Amino acid sequence: MTEKLTISFTVNGMEEKREVPPHQTLLKFIREELKLTGTKEGCEVGECGACMVLLDNIPVNSCLVLAAELDGKELVTIEGLAKNGELDRVQKAFIDHAAFQCGYCTPGMIISARALLERNPNPTDEDISAALSGNLCRCGAYQEIRQAIKACSK
Amino acid sequence: MPTFTNIGKAFPRIEAEEKVTGSAEYIEDRCMGPMLYAKIKKSAIPHGRIKRIDTSRAEALPGVRAVVTGKDCAKNRVGLYLVDRTFFAVDKVRFFGEPLAAVAATSVEIAQKAVDLIEVEYEELPAVFNPLEAMKPEAPLIHEDLGDYEVVPIFYPVAGTNISNHSKIRKGDVDKGFAEADVIIERDYYIPQMQHVTIETHKAAALWGFDGKLTVWSTAQSPFTVRQLLGKCLDMPLHKIRVVSSYIGGGFGGKAGATMEGLVIPLAQRCPGYIVRIVFTREEDLQCTFTRQAMYAHLKTGVRKDGRITALEYKMIWDGGAYTEYGVNITRAAAYSSAAAYDIPNLKTDSYCVYTNNPVGGPVRGFGMCEMQWGIERQMDEIARKLDMDPLELRLLNGLKEGSTTATGQRIEDSSFMNCLRTAAEAVEWGKRDTGKYRGKGLAGLVKAPAQPSNASSSAIVRINEDGTVHLSVSATEMGQGMLTAMCQIAAEALNIPAEKFSTRVPDTDYTPYEWQTVGSRTTYACGHAVTAAAKDALRQIKELGTIALGVPVEEVELEDDTVFWTKDREKQVPLAVLANSYMKPTGEGIHGPIIGRGSFIPSNMTNLDPETGQGNPGMFWTFGASAVELEVDPETGEITILQLATALDAGKAINPQQCKIQVHGGTVMGLGTALYEEVQLKDGRILNPNFTDYKIPTIENTPYMKGFVLETPDKGGPYGARGIGEQPMIAVGPAIANALADALGIEMNTFPMTPERVLKAIQEKEKNS
Repeated sequence: MTEKLTISFTVNGMEEKREVPPHQTLLKFIREELKLTGTKEGCEVGECGACMVLLDNIPVNSCLVLAAELDGKELVTIEGLAKNGELDRVQKAFIDHAAFQCGYCTPGMIISARALLERNPNPTDEDISAALSGNLCRCGAYQEIRQAIKACSK
Repeated sequence: MPTFTNIGKAFPRIEAEEKVTGSAEYIEDRCMGPMLYAKIKKSAIPHGRIKRIDTSRAEALPGVRAVVTGKDCAKNRVGLYLVDRTFFAVDKVRFFGEPLAAVAATSVEIAQKAVDLIEVEYEELPAVFNPLEAMKPEAPLIHEDLGDYEVVPIFYPVAGTNISNHSKIRKGDVDKGFAEADVIIERDYYIPQMQHVTIETHKAAALWGFDGKLTVWSTAQSPFTVRQLLGKCLDMPLHKIRVVSSYIGGGFGGKAGATMEGLVIPLAQRCPGYIVRIVFTREEDLQCTFTRQAMYAHLKTGVRKDGRITALEYKMIWDGGAYTEYGVNITRAAAYSSAAAYDIPNLKTDSYCVYTNNPVGGPVRGFGMCEMQWGIERQMDEIARKLDMDPLELRLLNGLKEGSTTATGQRIEDSSFMNCLRTAAEAVEWGKRDTGKYRGKGLAGLVKAPAQPSNASSSAIVRINEDGTVHLSVSATEMGQGMLTAMCQIAAEALNIPAEKFSTRVPDTDYTPYEWQTVGSRTTYACGHAVTAAAKDALRQIKELGTIALGVPVEEVELEDDTVFWTKDREKQVPLAVLANSYMKPTGEGIHGPIIGRGSFIPSNMTNLDPETGQGNPGMFWTFGASAVELEVDPETGEITILQLATALDAGKAINPQQCKIQVHGGTVMGLGTALYEEVQLKDGRILNPNFTDYKIPTIENTPYMKGFVLETPDKGGPYGARGIGEQPMIAVGPAIANALADALGIEMNTFPMTPERVLKAIQEKEKNS
């Protein structure tokens, strides 16, 4: 058995301490150990964006990051956006603009959108395209996603 | 115009909050119990006999709980229309990636390690990858027993060949039609394979209970069809099989029928009490599940000087891949729709489904219509140019109108094709020439009916809760199309109880009533009818109880929201909750009990087709539409920039206009992807681009602003006049772009995707020839 590593981190605002195998991806750790199944697996190689989470406020494909790298960091998953039973404004805007169909890419899409709006409260079409080009939506809800993000602009 | 309170409104998706918070459960998110994980051993060659499979080293690996090969599994074949497939290859492999064996282990990693330890020895057989070659008498036979396979008798396999279906349409007299023509256009087209690439890959899990009950969790679009196919394949009665659906992360046809459920069942049988789950990787999803069949088309159209089409001869040769259990129906649907959206008096069509050693062909959004209508819509523009007519006018002249007949002689009851064409054209300022040198405009029409057997049926149950709220049960699946929401809105309208007061869930064959399949853009129509009937049945019961409670005749009792009242004096009323909660007389005598409405639907307007002429009524309804585009081409690179893009579809009645609109946009995006970049690259049956880096789908970056239009010409047979629009928006995008390219540069694209390389090559060839 490979030796496990002990990591300390916060997830959606809660402090946690866990042991992880050195080769486990953050995606597997989130889904299988933390049981936060809102983060989705679509390709396992960083091409689709369904597994996007915020690591110290930076959006990352959790399939490309090792769980061990979580040590000392702050993790926010899709489950961490709603506060006190209230949806986040990006989540609300996605509903208002019908910015999803099957919903499988939606958690990753919302994470990317949230990160964009944090660093750029007034994104242009080009900014949105650049920030979300790593999030694939096969249902093709891009036009509505763009509108939802713009509706959140300040 | 009738006024509606629950349909025609942008009611938010009932699963909206679940989907934006990550709490929506897809199959892999369900905590189901003690788990084992499965991986499959796949064929490393495209065609060959299996001489030996040695699983001994895999079995010896610690953590491995079961190993099965084709020989260990049920021998019955499986298939929706042509029963030609087994879940695991038994004696022969017919495509690269075909499942040969499977392992269940305590982790995915161990299962994969065990699979790698399985040794397979083959005797390679000559393979064939091109259907034109595979049709020839000397081609290697892929299914030697084709003549013995069970087949639904609306398909025509040719025993002793690789032709698994030959559908014919003979309407009028083509020789006469061509003799009347002033201009004849004849050309070949080729449409390559594409893939659904749902972001959620195919997944399935199975539990073999100690009571002999099999539970299957699946990403399948059609739980009841899966149950039926499994029952037949496993020789099991249906009450011993339960198929559970979850939210599905995109389907687009790729999860129709039964595909991979059978891979985990034999493992589960050997590990009772454990749930054995398989999750396809992206590569497996591309290589081992349905692809859109490639198609070779030969089209000959005759037209008079005044623009009237007099005859069409259409030959389609489809690359069905290694198994065509489902694919035969695509080739049939393409045949019976082969006049597309046009009124063509003389028609001769031959559509051949041909086995090859390529990946298995199967249903994809559009179900043959994108492939088949490409050639027709390209030829419409060529004709227009030859006759110096406006391509829009030519389409308006020949388009199907009310009372026109389709390729099979079916009368069109309601058509707004002209309206769709004009709407899409206007949206891109048709007729207004732009000054740009390399700019062009193009449009294309479309039509599609659901491809389904004439006895495909649906059912629904409406339960009035004790407080007057409602639970609706149906078994259509929710894969993004907004079905659950639309069905609640329809039931709400029929009952006159607000849609907010409804709950519903995704299907489970043990708890929800029968539905044939969630395919073909048929749910709103077929399931919608069943839902309406169930709601009306519940309403009838409510009114009958109202009569007793209010002491007035039943025809004078109405329900609105939570109140049952006398139409002549609303003051005389009783809360629905009183009637629904085990209503009794003041004396304590009970009446009726819980209110449960039931509804069933089966179409009565469809018929089988004549085997020789193909004449008959295959369409439950026909949805018309059109796309129009303005684009600019960079003549140096061949790159296309979309400047304007519009798609118009006629939904009959938009049950939820917002959801209809995003369907139109989403389908247009998928159409754009297939038009510009998507192509499964095959070499000797092996997919060379089984990942998102090499198989490009549209991103937000290359999705232009689109205009989607949802028109409403009521369908005489649809619930509240509604018809389906889910697949249709992608059909006309490709040819509209090709037509715009021809307009811009005078180049003729006979295939797609229209990649910069292909466009550049066409530009260079044109320069060479001029």
